[in-house]
Amino acid sequence: MAAPQITELEKGQSIGTRRISLSRADLVAYAAASGDHNPIHWNERFAQEVGLDGVIAHGMLTMGAASDIVSEWAGDPGAILDYQTRFTKPVPVADADSGSPSEPTAELEVSGKVGKLDEEAGTVRIDLTVELVEGSPAPRCWPRRRLSSASDVRRGGVHPPPGPAVPIIA
Amino acid sequence: MSISTEREGHTYEAAQPYQVSREAIREFAASVKARSSAHTDPEAAVALGHADLVAPPTFAVLVAQRAEAAVVSDPAAGIDFSRVVHAEERFTHHAPIAAGETLTGQTTLERIRVMGGGAMVTTVTEITNQDGEAKSTVTSSLLVRADDEEAA
Repeated sequence: MAAPQITELEKGQSIGTRRISLSRADLVAYAAASGDHNPIHWNERFAQEVGLDGVIAHGMLTMGAASDIVSEWAGDPGAILDYQTRFTKPVPVADADSGSPSEPTAELEVSGKVGKLDEEAGTVRIDLTVELVEGSPAPRCWPRRRLSSASDVRRGGVHPPPGPAVPIIA
Repeated sequence: MSISTEREGHTYEAAQPYQVSREAIREFAASVKARSSAHTDPEAAVALGHADLVAPPTFAVLVAQRAEAAVVSDPAAGIDFSRVVHAEERFTHHAPIAAGETLTGQTTLERIRVMGGGAMVTTVTEITNQDGEAKSTVTSSLLVRADDEEAA
């Protein structure tokens, strides 16, 4: 996919959406890959003892998964210069009622739009919103809600700064 | 244990160096469901101008959290880890992280804002590679919830 050109972008323009399903097995896989073994992400009893309704996803798993639409749009994951998130609500991931723990019990919808263009710096800020999809495909229902209100991604030219022949991603 | 602001501004000893392997990048990319072939196929990464497999944008958290552990385990800071909620995270990348690098993270306890019985703790971790090149600045804010029983 060709890298987007800053001169062809407009504030408010969508860069795309992606639905990402999560299972208990995904949380265990993220714990292993990240080294974050906090039991609130895999043990129901422990999660409830510390005041949660149940097991929740790692905030950093949501943040990590949400950046993918930006990497894809930019054409290079290394084009993301700055990425910040405020974690506003937990993402509950229930144990599947039966069968494999790899069965998804939560689904996120990530959407991104152009938040700000800086032609001089050659950067674009992408504002991401992550929402929990209501009742799908989980056996339980949760209200659709805004999980992340201030996530933005500033992406920029490939490192090191591209020469004039290289398309400037923003 | 109660929160103390006496460590504000303190820079902790750097964590043990972290060697970035292709396997770690592949495993982390799969765990965050990242789809770019630059995380799995060295040729695809090189075609984009990277030296080797490029790490996903939040991979630096592996190095940052190892360094931040010094703050959470510091008795003088008085943070009760069982009451900690991750509130905010920010990565400022100076250059993308690639397989083959050895990274060192060093954390400074930037700010402790006491709010009632709880607090917001902000740390800043500077990540450099084996050549001393700045790779990433990771800012993390943890909300330490008030202990209701103690407050009562």
